[in-house]
Amino acid sequence: MAEVLVLVEHADGEPKKVTAELLTLARTLGEPSAVFLGAPGTYAKAKEYLAQYGAAKVYVAESDDIASYIGGPVAEVLAKLVAEASPVAVLVAATADSREVAARLAAKTESGLIWDATALSTDLVATQGIFGGSTIVTSKVIKGVPVIVVRRNSTAPEAAPSTPAEQTVDVTISDAAKGAKIIDRVVEAKSGRPDLTEAQVVVSGGRGLGAAEHFALVEKLADTLGAAVGASRAATDAGWYPHQNQVGQTGKTVSPQLYIAVGISGAIQHRAGMQTSKTIVAVNKDPEAPIFEFADYGLVGDLFNVVPQLTEAIEKRKAG
Amino acid sequence: MNIVVTVKQVPDTWAEKKLDAADKTVDRKSVDNVMNEMDEYGVEEALKIKEAHGGEVTVVTMGPAKAVETIRKALSMGADKAVHLTDDSLHGSDALATSAALAKVISTLSPDIVITSSEASDARGGVIGALLAERLGLPQLTQARKVTVDPGASKVTIERLADNGYALVEASLPVVVGVVEKINQPRYPSFKGIMAAKKKPLTTLSAADAGLDGATVGLAGAASAVVTSEAAPPRSSGTVVKDEGDGGTKVAEFLAAQKLI
Repeated sequence: MAEVLVLVEHADGEPKKVTAELLTLARTLGEPSAVFLGAPGTYAKAKEYLAQYGAAKVYVAESDDIASYIGGPVAEVLAKLVAEASPVAVLVAATADSREVAARLAAKTESGLIWDATALSTDLVATQGIFGGSTIVTSKVIKGVPVIVVRRNSTAPEAAPSTPAEQTVDVTISDAAKGAKIIDRVVEAKSGRPDLTEAQVVVSGGRGLGAAEHFALVEKLADTLGAAVGASRAATDAGWYPHQNQVGQTGKTVSPQLYIAVGISGAIQHRAGMQTSKTIVAVNKDPEAPIFEFADYGLVGDLFNVVPQLTEAIEKRKAG
Repeated sequence: MNIVVTVKQVPDTWAEKKLDAADKTVDRKSVDNVMNEMDEYGVEEALKIKEAHGGEVTVVTMGPAKAVETIRKALSMGADKAVHLTDDSLHGSDALATSAALAKVISTLSPDIVITSSEASDARGGVIGALLAERLGLPQLTQARKVTVDPGASKVTIERLADNGYALVEASLPVVVGVVEKINQPRYPSFKGIMAAKKKPLTTLSAADAGLDGATVGLAGAASAVVTSEAAPPRSSGTVVKDEGDGGTKVAEFLAAQKLI
């Protein structure tokens, strides 16, 4: 069976859940080969996980150069592996870093690129929701080795324990790929909540909250549900919540099992970033708010009464 | 500083967008078209760098004849001149072909800094900055929420957005910078700016003028193809309930019934 390259998504070696999703998807297309690129000594933390999700082979490329530059080195190593292994496809996660790597890889290998695939058939026809999910297209790469950027939460990860063959990859990065050097990484406001785009549940707040301090209500509800916190553009523009939490056309696109919109009207700007969520619940005091046109459960009411009561009710159920 | 900023004309952010039924490219005829909102941040950043360090801002776009409206907007914001790559053969170009065509045009301008925005609201690929860096062989300073140019040291430093903060990334000129929204507050064109824009130099290039091979651009040169396209099944509204004082409890009951809690 032909190889399918999967770029391992990880934080200092700790694999992210999307890696298991990609390996599960890759198993339907061919023989999954995980490609691990990271700083020296980080692979050890990913080894067991990759075996658990059925990697038949792992290409291990550890080098300080990998984590020290933007874009170039990872794309260069992947291009080399594509030339050597002639895979049927390369799968990467739809993260900010990896989609840029995928683009560079496609350019280097003169291959077609498809982004934000939510499904991939065995003959490599990708499904995408475009225009914020209002149109569904299927598309196919017709040139080179398909480079497919896959949305998170597209495939349910299934374990399939294996004993992968490990192949160490020589990492010699060209000077051209080392142009943009990372000189520092700064962690800001680490919340301990799940990553917005990976979370199964997202609770978002909007204009209806009226002030930055009222986001505490949203956060409390989110924490009760183990959810990530999002915000509408109105809320981030007002400076009530950090920009990186913005959900919408000009922010992040999320597709969780449950999306709770608090004080958000649901204009197309916001809708484009969340309408593919499985279940949508909305709380808004305006009965005319567009969000009620597509929410699965809408509650017309004052969020300052509803949200604390909801939080309490969930806590009670958890306790009982 | 010789600054090039790329812009794209897109269907209005607030419009319901569709694909053309015949060739499955973005339908740009049935909607109002505007400058990609995110590109305004790119133009603003280019102007700020020029204001701080001197130089010239050149706007580059690829698109149909009417994309000239978007060029005019960038010029009325304060850019100095523009290049419009336009040709029927370019219609349907994918991101890879578009980046190759833009890179070809941009390289003739010998820029110190090429600025792009993080994504266009129609295609939402978010890849043009990385692709231009790859095509031009320049450092990729994308996802920038802050850009600092040090002309003396011939260096640019950015704060690159990360999931839990940012990375400080540095490169020597020339560079490709990709900016995110929030990096600045784009200015509105002034009346004076709008009048002045009409007199600013605009170069229009055909694919042949730009030295592009017809087989590598447009639908003919695309590396991927849309197989099918259909409107997503509309999300119908579910239950809408008015709060009678027990709204929170009711939501919890709904969630429990759906096995979500």
